[in-house]
Amino acid sequence: MNQRTIDLWVGMLVVLGAAALLFLALKAGNLLQLNWGPTYSVTARFDNIGGLKPDAPVKSAGVVVGRVTSISFDNQTFQADVHMAIDARFKFPVDTSAKILTAGLLGDQYIDLSPGGSDRNLTNGSVIHNTQSAVVLENLIGQFLYNKAASSGAGEGK
Amino acid sequence: MTVADRLVAVGAATRRLLADLGFAARLFVRLLWLAGRVLLRPALLVQQMYFLGNLSLVIIAVSGLFVGFVLGLQGYYTLSRYGSSSALGVLVALSLVRELGPVVTALLFAGRAGTSLTAEIGLMKAGEQIAAMEMMAVDPVVRVLAPRFWAGVIVMPLLAAVFSAVGIIGGYIVGVVMIGVDAGQFWSQMQSGVDVFKDVGNGVIKSVVFGLAVTFVALLQGWRSLPTPEGVSRATTRTVVIASLAVLALDFVLTAMMFST
Amino acid sequence: MPLSSEPAIVQIDALDFGYGDRLVLRQIDLTVRRGQVVAVMGASGGGKTTLLRLIGAQVQPLRGSVRFEGRDLAQASQEQIFAMRRRMGMLFQFGALFTDMTVFENVAFPLREHTRLPESMIRDLVLMKLNAVGLRGARDLYPAELSGGMARRVAMARAIALDPALVMYDEPFAGLDPISLGISARLIRTLNDALGLSSIVVSHDVEVTFDIADYVYILGNGSLIAHGTPQQLRDSTDALVHQFVRGEPDGPVHFHYPAAAVADDFLRPAATAQGRRA
Repeated sequence: MNQRTIDLWVGMLVVLGAAALLFLALKAGNLLQLNWGPTYSVTARFDNIGGLKPDAPVKSAGVVVGRVTSISFDNQTFQADVHMAIDARFKFPVDTSAKILTAGLLGDQYIDLSPGGSDRNLTNGSVIHNTQSAVVLENLIGQFLYNKAASSGAGEGK
Repeated sequence: MTVADRLVAVGAATRRLLADLGFAARLFVRLLWLAGRVLLRPALLVQQMYFLGNLSLVIIAVSGLFVGFVLGLQGYYTLSRYGSSSALGVLVALSLVRELGPVVTALLFAGRAGTSLTAEIGLMKAGEQIAAMEMMAVDPVVRVLAPRFWAGVIVMPLLAAVFSAVGIIGGYIVGVVMIGVDAGQFWSQMQSGVDVFKDVGNGVIKSVVFGLAVTFVALLQGWRSLPTPEGVSRATTRTVVIASLAVLALDFVLTAMMFST
Repeated sequence: MPLSSEPAIVQIDALDFGYGDRLVLRQIDLTVRRGQVVAVMGASGGGKTTLLRLIGAQVQPLRGSVRFEGRDLAQASQEQIFAMRRRMGMLFQFGALFTDMTVFENVAFPLREHTRLPESMIRDLVLMKLNAVGLRGARDLYPAELSGGMARRVAMARAIALDPALVMYDEPFAGLDPISLGISARLIRTLNDALGLSSIVVSHDVEVTFDIADYVYILGNGSLIAHGTPQQLRDSTDALVHQFVRGEPDGPVHFHYPAAAVADDFLRPAATAQGRRA
């Protein structure tokens, strides 16, 4: 087998491998959905972030508009600071509220932005103050039991 | 043997082991360093890529297809119990891209290409071809080992990608075409669940690391084999055993580094 | 061939070589002059091949010196050793041809590795070397398709590809049929004279080697037991040389491996250790 034939076959192998990688990246992976465009940074303060992780999506009306870049703890306010990168194409009013919701019943958590009514928009470095913390399951159960106990107590206690 | 004799034996064995490890480490660093020189003789590199890559393609692709079939079947049976059969695409894709693609490809490569490398080098040594090359002032590490080493490293991620891609198609054939999972759900959940950098990218990194390990083990065993038929046969067995264990151990380390939260 | 007028290509003085405390070669003095065919003979395992490896700088002596073209190999740097090896050709016992290349590619190998000659020139040179050994027509065969004698001839062509100053032959006559034997011996002598080489032939075939050699060194147990021209050795009165040259079964090298007395083994069998039937 002369060198030219071998070169041809190896060339085909490389093309095949590259095509497989491309298939994995595009069809199987999320390369097409990745946003390479410019973003601006916004911070939201929460009492409890629950299970929110960096790289979690930021959605509004159910559509992904940004990503969580990092989460830190503020030792002065004793709140969690969640830093987000919002797609520059989307502008939100300064009184937008941020909630931490769960995808499905037991899925990953994400941030949902509900726009307010202000004329001024959030800019790079703005802080969102209207926040609703994540629902912590133990608190929910505790609340349920408490309510249950209270209502049955009220019913009997006369 | 007295106790003292046994101690002496342990000491001598340790010394030999350290010397062997030292030799292996120096050879590994040398081969890494020769990347540039290998590119100066692309014909040799391409020839080896043909022997290691093209000739492994069939076994890799067929294995990938069957692994994809099995993932589709097993995945469906388990997921449908929790009503999550729409997640089949994500299950198949992540299993392949993160783990099965790089690992199974590396194990198959060790068996098919690794053993042939070991046998080839061992027989060249036995037939004095290596000594002849040295006497002709040609460094056999540069001429024989380095092209084979880098060909293995380059070819491994390509083969692993083919394995994963064919496997996903296999999972699609079983899950969507044969069982009837919704095609749209299959692909859309997969697309949102598989991250190009974290999953596909890490899988590629894994296969490159495995390529380095398996090819090196195969070359080293051939280089150190005794120049007899039994020596070569023992060396090929050692290649498969050591390379496979190395792949699995490295897989654990890499997975822990890459995928822990 | 005048022995003392030509310069020494290889000069070995008071050489000692061994592993640990076991000496394989002891106090060897050996000279190869330009244009000579020098034979190194002796019993198997006597260190003859080791001598070639010392000259090729594949191993270093414990004591003494090995000089090639006047330069001490122990003092030479890696580049100098590589440069010197390009001036040597070596023929291994069974040819050691590269099995994944054709005959042509095998002979072209040193040319392609060490020179930047264009392919057309390399082709001409390779065919000339192959023609010298009579195998120009076999250029496209693979080593697996060659007979032992042919393989060694191809190896010879490869050894002279770079027109070396010295060619070393490790047992070139072992296992050859009479015709191939004659061809090989003729070729060694003819190439040596025609190309102005020097040759070292390691062999234990007395008849053929004495026929072509200018000077012979005989090794026994790692030391030099005799040296001289073939005629001098044939006329020697030394018992060991006599036994070697004549191929006699018994002499200073004993026929019987050390054993108990004959009487012990055959007249009193129960007293000696015997193997049991399996």
